[in-house]
Amino acid sequence: MSIVTVQLGQCGNQIGHEVFNAICSDVRGTHGLCSRKENESYHDACKERFFCEEESEVPVARAVLVDMEPKVISQTLSMAARSGSWKYGDRSHFCQKQGSGNNWANGYSVHGPRHKEVIMNLVQKEAEKCDRLGGFFTIMSMAGGTGSGLGAFVTQCLRDAFPTSFVLNHVIWPYGTGEVIVQNYNSVLTLSHLYRSSDALLVHENDVIHKICAQLMNIKQISFRDVNQVIAHQLGSVFQPTHTAEGGSRYSRNPLGDLMETLVPHPEFKMLGLRNIPQMPENSLAYSTFSWPGLIKHLRQMLIANAKMEEGIDWQVRPPRLGSSIPSSHSTNKPLHFNTSIANLVILRGKDTHSADLGSFRDPSLYTSWLNPQDAFSAWKTPRAFNKYEKSASLVSNSQFLLKPLDNVVGKAWNMFASKAYIHQYTKFGIEEEDFLDSFTALEQVISSYTTL
Amino acid sequence: KGIYDEALSSFFRNVDTRSGGDGPDIYKGKICSLKARALLIDMEEGVVNEILQGPLRDVFDSKQLITDVSGSGNNWAVGHKLYGYQYRENIVEKLRKTAEHCDCLQCFFIIHSMGGGTGSGLGTFVLKLLEDEFPEVYRFVTSVYPSGEDDVITSPYNSVLAMKELNEHADCVLPIENESLFDIVNKIHQMMNSGKLGSTLKQNSLVTSSAGSGKTVQEKPFDAMNNIIANLLLNLTSSARFEGSLNMDLNEISMNLVPFPRLHYLVSSLTPLYTLADVNVPSRRLDQMFSDAFSRDHQLIQADPKHSLYLACALLVRGNVQVSDLRRNIERLKPSLHFVSWNQEGWKTGLCSVPPVGHSHSLLALANNTCVKPTFIELKDRFMKLYKKKAHLHHYLHVDGMEQSCFSEAISSLSDLIEEYNELDATRGGPRTDPSRLKIAV
Repeated sequence: MSIVTVQLGQCGNQIGHEVFNAICSDVRGTHGLCSRKENESYHDACKERFFCEEESEVPVARAVLVDMEPKVISQTLSMAARSGSWKYGDRSHFCQKQGSGNNWANGYSVHGPRHKEVIMNLVQKEAEKCDRLGGFFTIMSMAGGTGSGLGAFVTQCLRDAFPTSFVLNHVIWPYGTGEVIVQNYNSVLTLSHLYRSSDALLVHENDVIHKICAQLMNIKQISFRDVNQVIAHQLGSVFQPTHTAEGGSRYSRNPLGDLMETLVPHPEFKMLGLRNIPQMPENSLAYSTFSWPGLIKHLRQMLIANAKMEEGIDWQVRPPRLGSSIPSSHSTNKPLHFNTSIANLVILRGKDTHSADLGSFRDPSLYTSWLNPQDAFSAWKTPRAFNKYEKSASLVSNSQFLLKPLDNVVGKAWNMFASKAYIHQYTKFGIEEEDFLDSFTALEQVISSYTTL
Repeated sequence: KGIYDEALSSFFRNVDTRSGGDGPDIYKGKICSLKARALLIDMEEGVVNEILQGPLRDVFDSKQLITDVSGSGNNWAVGHKLYGYQYRENIVEKLRKTAEHCDCLQCFFIIHSMGGGTGSGLGTFVLKLLEDEFPEVYRFVTSVYPSGEDDVITSPYNSVLAMKELNEHADCVLPIENESLFDIVNKIHQMMNSGKLGSTLKQNSLVTSSAGSGKTVQEKPFDAMNNIIANLLLNLTSSARFEGSLNMDLNEISMNLVPFPRLHYLVSSLTPLYTLADVNVPSRRLDQMFSDAFSRDHQLIQADPKHSLYLACALLVRGNVQVSDLRRNIERLKPSLHFVSWNQEGWKTGLCSVPPVGHSHSLLALANNTCVKPTFIELKDRFMKLYKKKAHLHHYLHVDGMEQSCFSEAISSLSDLIEEYNELDATRGGPRTDPSRLKIAV
């Protein structure tokens, strides 16, 4: 089954490009560390998922590029073409001249309806090229105007036009300081709208990835390109082919469906966080060895302690003892650091994955009591190594990972809203105070739900 | 050799003049003849004629000029009411023509002075016209404010009358004071002449030089100062013209820096003012650039943003500067700056890959800051000094359409604006109580 990627705005397009780059370079690399047959299966599965073989010799990404100004798309298209190993379709993009001015209302209420037909035509064309459509993967930032506003509108359109397909939104959380002043407003509006039409929101925070670049990757002068490449690596580690839980030698055909099924049992809980280890500069890879027990132990503690990366993990945090934790009414007394999960998915890639023991992730004390522990946890594996890492472990988690960031963003936005600052910029394009209030209400509900886990 | 590209097309048309006269526009390919997308308006001919005889004569289309002979006599009313009425049709027609040549018109830049008659009066008339005729296009105004020792006696009247129009019809105003420009020019001359530590300045890196012009043109007294403003506008539009990892368009500037419609006055600063020819430690030089942007003597008006209250701040960086450099400097400078309580992290940033000519990197800082208040208060004081004695009032009231109420409304508008800044300043340093959040029934 194939996934159609929709790249929205500057962020979406820049990241989308790195994602396809990472996927392509992973597949072409000879560091599969597995049997030839395995590698070929992997290759085929990946191709079907992300690329289309057209008459051109180079695989064509199954993607639609959308932006309201031309510079980024033009750069993205040419960089892809220059790589020589893949490219975007010649007519798979749509752009305008003026940008959205960081204005969510402009993206959602003006650009959205105005360009709906053209954009959805492009999506339809791309969807039709798939033998079997596995769903949509949209990439956008919450902070700006196009990715966020137009992105929210497009997501709604996708949901309406393809009611039975999966829609997964990859959302970039902006830096806490210094990107866009109205980013908190844009974020609140985006999240509340996405929550209605999307199946799940997979989140990456710029601050977190920046730290990874600084502390783990040892990059001195970190550029957005560096940040995007780490994000692309993490996404690749989730979406590259794997065998599913049932085992068997064939690669799973329905990654988005499987993901939704395992991680999103309830529509009120759609926020997914992602962790990937190990992360290190490429030139250190040759000198490092990892064991599965080590990686799994770290990943589990990262989950429990809500650590953003494998350095600085708080090992003191422990899951509450079963029988002693009293839900809801005492939720504020729970050890504040412990991160309760609804469901988790671990993906292991590389050497000896069959020997990796994930029993510790099945510990019921990690989870809420709604699902059976067996259902709350899934594992996907493949012996095929990913992107030069001999062993790589990823965690996609529906847990309280994003509770604090969400609370922060809503808090800051509310603070600004109380003074009515910038509201006139939104009402100019048809988003009224009422709409803001609706969005705030929706998100306070989400916060409340995740808090009382 | 020159290729006409998107970046050039933002400010120029490429006209096919080979068959003589005004041919069709050439949209891509070699540069044939560049014509500025501009309208030159002056009610006396001297300045415009000089431009048309100077090295840029081919760039300005003779059909894009509106001139008269006698000037406005430093009288806002003459500029606004008399000439406004007289030239309205002409201006609208020429504007439409220019606009038609644009694929996508995003913004008008109005460049004028506040103290005179034409720039101030007719200029603000045009501003209103633009709002009426092109309501969806942004209006950025670069206004040169008169200094205390201005030799035009009526400049306070003209400025305050113009301020009302700016309050009501501009999207963003970048106030400039000649004093500040003058100080910057002097500073550069001192650096050049002091031969400090044997350092020499790279000629075309001066913020006062007409970037990369190559020719040594006879410099006139205001040339250096005006070049600073030119560079301001270049840097402002750089991200819209060139690529970068975090683009910042003009409409984003307005969106992020104007939290309330009337508070749209932005204090600007440009760094570096010059580049030393000898090589410095790169990152220290970079950080110095950020520090300078907040120092008093780099601002283009006589103001000190550091000691006043920020409503919002934008940093547009050009050149080989990455997001980590930006963040590092914001973290470093934040503690010494005061931001309004509801915008504690009010930073808007842009990264453009292409540096200005002669530099490896540069920074434009735009601040919506209460430090503009003193400038406005002084203006008000100078106005009241004249107005109380009714000095020169009759020159204005003579003009058809001009009444006493124009004056009282104008000063009232300015007073209200000052009051808004006062209210904001009053919130500074007060106890910080965040509004309570919405409660959800569990």
